Amino acid sequence: MADRAFGVVVVGAGPAGLTAACRAAECGKRVAMLDDNPQAGGQIWRGASPQAAAWMRRAERLEVEWISGARVFDAPAPQTLAVETFDGEFRVGYGSLILATGARERFLPFPGWTLPNAMGAGALQALAKSGLPLAGKRVVIAGSGPLLLAVADYMKAHGVDVRAIAEQAPQAAITRFAMRLAGHPGKLMQAIALRAGLLGVPYRTSCWPVSAQGKDRIESVTLRNAAGRTWTEACDYLACGFGLVPNLELAALLGCRIASARVEVDDQQQTAIAGVYAAGEATGIGGLELSLVEGEIAGYSAGGNVDRAQALFATRASHRRFAQALEAAFALRPELRSLPQPGTIVCRCEDVSFERVRACANWREAKLHTRCGMGPCQGRICGPSVEFLLGWGAESVRPPVFPARIGSLSR
Amino acid sequence: MPDSVKLTVNGVAVAAPAGAMVSTAVAMAGANAFRRSVSGEPRGPLCGMGICFECRVTIDGRAHCRSCQVVCREGMEVRTDG
Amino acid sequence: MGNSFDVAIAGGGIVGAACAEECAASGLKVVVVEPGPVGGGATAAGMGHIVVMDDSPAQIALTNYSRSLWMARAQEFPGDVEYVAAGTLWVAADEEEMAEVRRKLDVYHSIGVRASVLDARDIAKEEPNLRPGLAGGLLVPDDAVVYPPCAARYQLERARQNGAVLRIGESAASLSGAGIKLRDGTLLSAGITVNATGAWAPELTPGIEVRKRKGHLVITERYPGWVRHQLVELGYLKSAHSTTEDSVAFNVQPRKTGQLLIGSSRQFGAEHREIDHHMLVRMLARAQEYMPGLAQLSAIRSWTGFRAATPDKLPLIGPCPGDERLYVATGHEGLGITTSMATGKLVAALILGQTPAIPAALYLPGRKQEAHA
Repeated sequence: MADRAFGVVVVGAGPAGLTAACRAAECGKRVAMLDDNPQAGGQIWRGASPQAAAWMRRAERLEVEWISGARVFDAPAPQTLAVETFDGEFRVGYGSLILATGARERFLPFPGWTLPNAMGAGALQALAKSGLPLAGKRVVIAGSGPLLLAVADYMKAHGVDVRAIAEQAPQAAITRFAMRLAGHPGKLMQAIALRAGLLGVPYRTSCWPVSAQGKDRIESVTLRNAAGRTWTEACDYLACGFGLVPNLELAALLGCRIASARVEVDDQQQTAIAGVYAAGEATGIGGLELSLVEGEIAGYSAGGNVDRAQALFATRASHRRFAQALEAAFALRPELRSLPQPGTIVCRCEDVSFERVRACANWREAKLHTRCGMGPCQGRICGPSVEFLLGWGAESVRPPVFPARIGSLSR
Repeated sequence: MPDSVKLTVNGVAVAAPAGAMVSTAVAMAGANAFRRSVSGEPRGPLCGMGICFECRVTIDGRAHCRSCQVVCREGMEVRTDG
Repeated sequence: MGNSFDVAIAGGGIVGAACAEECAASGLKVVVVEPGPVGGGATAAGMGHIVVMDDSPAQIALTNYSRSLWMARAQEFPGDVEYVAAGTLWVAADEEEMAEVRRKLDVYHSIGVRASVLDARDIAKEEPNLRPGLAGGLLVPDDAVVYPPCAARYQLERARQNGAVLRIGESAASLSGAGIKLRDGTLLSAGITVNATGAWAPELTPGIEVRKRKGHLVITERYPGWVRHQLVELGYLKSAHSTTEDSVAFNVQPRKTGQLLIGSSRQFGAEHREIDHHMLVRMLARAQEYMPGLAQLSAIRSWTGFRAATPDKLPLIGPCPGDERLYVATGHEGLGITTSMATGKLVAALILGQTPAIPAALYLPGRKQEAHA
């Protein structure tokens, strides 16, 4: 059934996938690494990233088969994945599988959030790294998480006029987080350097967007703070994302155990399904260093080198503590549940308003009666926001886990 | 390897940097709306990573292509909704 | 409010909703019990195709009568019901099937159903995405398509406006001629109880001869105008006929949204809801035989559902032989959406002791059922 078979297949070529692929190959396994983007590096190492380049050179030396532009849409038979490319499709068989599917941004709807040029924070950075010319443009960065600072840093370095950074978390939470960074000296220095580089850009905590204005594209955004003060910033782009959520759809399709929106793994990074491992943001949002070490452990485990895997457990534990501090610091405040107005679009695929969704008793009813979550994004955008706004958990997953051509589905 | 790639967006010639995604070319062409939503609203990229489907355009006659994940190729014909 | 009713209906799918609407409109005190969401069972897995089907005289009578009820209300439905008179185009692959087309034409004309024959050139012009080389087809222009969950919701809302009580989110633990007992012990007593729980009817009323018949569906991205009519291969009836074999048939529908809904498949003995890959592949392969261009279209979702199938292919509508106060309204197999309206009318007429518009005897649960091969 499979067109090609490998000892280890790695899905995702971000930091976790790259390290996993290399370590598994070092153990002597025949490894293939797939990613739906044209280049490796995932989201965080986009563009000309020296770290990604270094790992790619290593992967090449180790003869890891790198398959770009490849999106896994189904698991049609045991130990087999169905993959679609721009022009074709293929089946790949695996002895072991490592899921390094990463994370996506969480979007919260507010009036005007659908205007062109309003997008995620990581999204604007990704587009910039893909060639979008932003020098001289006015950008407001909003939402939550360390990603906002990283994006602001990149923007400043590339001549963008960053007008403001609006972080919804309170200053006290950020400060507590920064104090905990003292336990991670490398990160502390990173944070200080970031803040220093951003001198001149207002970084406002307890602050969030309440509406965006514009006719055919965004022209301004209104921000408010916890004290109730509001003001409007003119802008060309709004880069707004409220933290990250793991990409779990393939793991769910394979039957992995998922709890608290993360794939459950044991010390070896193995999921509930024997031979299926997970590493990186999919096991819980934890940042770059944690993704790297989890990828290494998964790669060594899938490669059969228990000792090398075990040697990294302490590092992983340390980075996990950082991840927990991260989650606590940037928790979303309850005021954000009032962001959408009744008429605000919650499902962008099917243009379903908040009041229509809210009138339903649960996700299943909303899907059937309003079509919310029934569009091509398969609930990836509206799901996390509806979960935050209404407390509805995600439903079971069926193939295709990404839209796929009928010809690909019917092989 | 040329520094730029020539393609058209809604019939208008655009010279995009080599390796750039089609979404860049569409933005360079000045099109705000990549697509029109179900109720006719103009929409552009949201997630930048091939998940939201808001950046969909028609490439060489094929509809519903995610422009943020397709690299510009010489001679591509890109059509947006407006 | 009280817990005493004239009619208690278990099941808020398209059939239960039609029964509730009709009974409430007739002045009866109605309660409907549905674990939810409304239209979440087979109603959510139906193609929403309203069609006159000529497998047997009884089936023609029921589908024709019911279709006319849908047609009479076409202008009434809100937008989310998505009623469109798209028409059915029965596709003939060869001359043998064209003979069947002409036979069907005569049947339809004899009962006043508008239909016309398309030759090879006509059908290619009418549906350019059908593969070349087909022999022709039969166009039935008044057949329609709807979005069933919202149709069911609309009918229940109309019932509520006429005083019906809707217990959505609650489950029937048991039912009898005396009424419905809920999981929490509440007894909803009623003069007549109707089991409209589809393929699960035997769980509440043991002995009902209904079996689950699993089907798969796939829906695509929006491609407005790619298909104009509901396209069905003439072999569809052979597929629906079999009582033992798994089968697929070409069946593609244009939704009002511009999406294409692709069916159909039939399996017995499959009780799990997950996608069966071998059936999905067979169904999509069959569809591409008729419309090769489908291969390039983007599929965004697949799902399954369970039809309620009876031995003689006709639904069970009316009182149970053992208990006059206990009605069933189930067993509609692949025609539940079409025949829901007629079912509602028949149930209401039987309860009120009125003469229904078509003879009810053919669909009564007590009838002798012969399994067809």
